[in-house]
Amino acid sequence: MYNALINLSYLIASALFIFGLKGLTHPRTAIRGNILGAIGMLLAVVVTLIDRQIVGFEVILAGLIVGSAVGVILAVKIQMAAMPQMVALLNGFGGGASTLVAGAALIETVHVRGISNAQFSIATAASGIIGAVTFWGSLVAFAKLQEILSGRPVHFPGQLLVNGLTGLIAIVVGAWLVFTPDVMGLYWILVVISSILGILLVIPIGGADMPVAIALLNAYSGMAAAATGFVLNNNVLIITGSLVGASGIILTQIMCRAMNRSLFNVLMGAVGTGAGEGRLKEEAIYAGKVKSASPEEIAMLFDSARRVVIVPGYGMAVSQAQHAVRDLANLLESRGIEVEFAIHPVAGRMPGHMNVLLAEANIPYEKLKELDVINPTFEQTDVALVIGANDTVNPLARTDSSSPIAGMPILNVDKARSVVVIKRSLSPGFAGIPNPLFAGDNTLMLFEDGKKAILDLIAALKES
Amino acid sequence: METLVVALTIFVLAIFVGFEIITKVPPILHTPLMSGSNAISGITLIGAILSAGAKLTLLTTILGFIAVVFATINVVGGFLVTHRMLKMFKRK
Repeated sequence: MYNALINLSYLIASALFIFGLKGLTHPRTAIRGNILGAIGMLLAVVVTLIDRQIVGFEVILAGLIVGSAVGVILAVKIQMAAMPQMVALLNGFGGGASTLVAGAALIETVHVRGISNAQFSIATAASGIIGAVTFWGSLVAFAKLQEILSGRPVHFPGQLLVNGLTGLIAIVVGAWLVFTPDVMGLYWILVVISSILGILLVIPIGGADMPVAIALLNAYSGMAAAATGFVLNNNVLIITGSLVGASGIILTQIMCRAMNRSLFNVLMGAVGTGAGEGRLKEEAIYAGKVKSASPEEIAMLFDSARRVVIVPGYGMAVSQAQHAVRDLANLLESRGIEVEFAIHPVAGRMPGHMNVLLAEANIPYEKLKELDVINPTFEQTDVALVIGANDTVNPLARTDSSSPIAGMPILNVDKARSVVVIKRSLSPGFAGIPNPLFAGDNTLMLFEDGKKAILDLIAALKES
Repeated sequence: METLVVALTIFVLAIFVGFEIITKVPPILHTPLMSGSNAISGITLIGAILSAGAKLTLLTTILGFIAVVFATINVVGGFLVTHRMLKMFKRK
């Protein structure tokens, strides 16, 4: 009866999580959805506290207080532009917790109570591997995004072999643990090997490929929770873990499709390695064709425009230009110009990064258009204003089948009547290739930091 | 064995539910989706609470404590930051 009550409460919590995720399918219902999820979590925690296994509350309470304090500080202090790091870190903590819980359960069940079965030991091994990979992989992703480590992909000779071997060793030790769960310390050896694997898996992923890494780590953290659910025979963990795992996998797929690359290709960090060849072509593409313009000249372009599409990239996040961009959009709209935003799925460092920044600047979400929606409208667009984007607007994806970004869906800004590109220099994007857009007949370059360029543009518009 | 089959059934069905719901989330909400689903995956917290509260051995209590801290950061940080983000999404 007692257990039935606890499990019924877990069922309600699971239902609340599902309703919560369903709420996230529309901006209007999203806040309510998130609150429903939080209520589900609170219910699950409170019910767990009355479990008979618990003999004392002081350790739990101490942990809850410390964790809540850190969580609140992180959530309140973090800047919207730094959201990818934040999510990476949170993923890591979730994965780490799963590994520790499975480790504690192993000691309790096998070493103290002396019982074990196949489900328990397989799930424990899985939890140890996935959780440790998630924890360390996320920490590396965090360090890269926070620029504690270099954001460039790290390559070394025989990388594939080393990664493959480390993965194999993890599986072998995992299998060993499955058959002899009573060997003391074996679990922690498995955790150490998986930690190395986690680091190795993320170091070759860099810069613009980060959205895939973050989405994948998100999936891992869910799967780690599900594996821990099998360890504890706890349905709410299994349900929730698989929901989150599914979510991460879908996002990973969307990100890969948006770059027209396989997951394997992204994980190996294989883009932009043929740089020697690209150097030569750069000269031919840019020589004498790049037109640089002053803010005043660009303001004149806007004066005669009726429709403007703003295309933000990671450069907008770096220069924190979103508020200035909002002011520019408002100014243009006050002059009767239609303004919309074109958001590429992999713009920024995580799925949806640009949307969050623009929402932070109070830009209504109806104006944020997806690639499929905005692309047919570029031909009717007078000015496409590109801010700190590069590979996502590179027409080579359509025209050059030998390019590393060949076949990647891009925003067709080159189809607009005029294109203005705000960028600090002609340096290539993450793919390491030149961009013929910058040398287009209808393109003007404004070489400047994103935020300063927008502020200059606003000043020039107000004067004219 | 029987419990394993039940658990697997739940696992597979939940993945289907997840796929059905998540494919309907629009791209503009992908970041809150990640942080929000992330917070939910902190459900490991309940396993952590059991280990920290059962006090079977010193080691399991310590592991449980660290796990409670990690999972709570995940849960509290995740829900709060998602709320903070979602509040910013406004209509005209």
